[in-house]
Amino acid sequence: MATEAELKALMAASLDGDAASYRTLLDRLSRRLRAYYKGRLARVGRSATEAEDLVQEVLFAVHLKRHTYDTRELFTPWVHTIARYKLIDYLRRTRSAASVPIDEGAEVMAQDDNADAESSHDVRKLLGRLPEKMRCAIECVKLEGRSVAEAAVRCGISESGVKINIHRGLQSLAAFIAREDQK
Amino acid sequence: MLSTNVEPIARGRVARTISIAVIAGAVIALGIMLVALGVRADLTTTRAAVFLLLKLAFALAVVGVSLRYLIRLARPGSARGISPLAVIVPFAAIALLGMLGLADAPSAHWNRMVVGGEWLECLLSIPTIAIVPFAVTIFAVRRAAPTNLFRAGAVAGLVAGGVSAMAYAFHCTDDSLPFVAVWYGGTIVLCTLAGAALGPRLLHW
Repeated sequence: MATEAELKALMAASLDGDAASYRTLLDRLSRRLRAYYKGRLARVGRSATEAEDLVQEVLFAVHLKRHTYDTRELFTPWVHTIARYKLIDYLRRTRSAASVPIDEGAEVMAQDDNADAESSHDVRKLLGRLPEKMRCAIECVKLEGRSVAEAAVRCGISESGVKINIHRGLQSLAAFIAREDQK
Repeated sequence: MLSTNVEPIARGRVARTISIAVIAGAVIALGIMLVALGVRADLTTTRAAVFLLLKLAFALAVVGVSLRYLIRLARPGSARGISPLAVIVPFAAIALLGMLGLADAPSAHWNRMVVGGEWLECLLSIPTIAIVPFAVTIFAVRRAAPTNLFRAGAVAGLVAGGVSAMAYAFHCTDDSLPFVAVWYGGTIVLCTLAGAALGPRLLHW
């Protein structure tokens, strides 16, 4: 498992705009978070799919709130605090569906941790629910890897408009994910 | 997907955003005080000036200590191991000064020293003036990532109460330490309680 020093260095580089470090960081974090949530959710009788949804939610949160990390402080407590906040929030949101009938309990327990690791959210499908400009900006820059300038031309908006639409779009996606969990 | 074309992030953004919001709140509070109440007319006398400075010192101490704490509460994991008790220090100091003031005076004067002439105006003004600074502060904290919403809301209320007391001090003509301790302290505590009650709803993300 990645150490504090390693994660902290990756985060510092990510905040400077280093995409490769950021990709590595998100990958390490998703593993860590997956392990954390599976452990926590198993204790309250929830499934591995839910852990995956939470991992996605936290990765979104890490992305949207990355400006709140102060590089003078430790990184692990920062992530852990967000992860716990999202877990508590998730459990509260989905409380109505929280109890698992006893006869299904064995199935939950027997579930293979690796078998069901796909998240129930299809990002592409969720993207379809965004306004045109947000979807265009996110597709160009985040999915196809084009530059902000290219995206501005393709979507017919200014460069700062592209940035704003990406930010708002990711916020909306995070909100969609949270709302879907509620169902 | 999130790591594609990632933008560099300026450091210290949370502290800057919240500090700017509180300063803006203070300017608005001063404006409301000027328009709705007006600066006290006797400010040329030494006694009035000394008491104004005293009230300002108390209010600014409240704002200073609680703002530092609020910035920590707005960053995940940053308030760990930090005791919230530091925010009590200005209140303890003014309470102590108030009691010394009472001890120094004959007990026949106590009632007048504590209740003053304008207690009702103070009780209404400080929470009312605090509304806009509170809204601005909450807006700034929302852009960060508070995880203890109850406490972050309370401290945002505390900051707004302090800012409001600072503005109200320019108008208030009740010059006694026990009055400041009870009515300034008390109304700021009210703002804190209101903030705590609203925090979970307003700050959720």
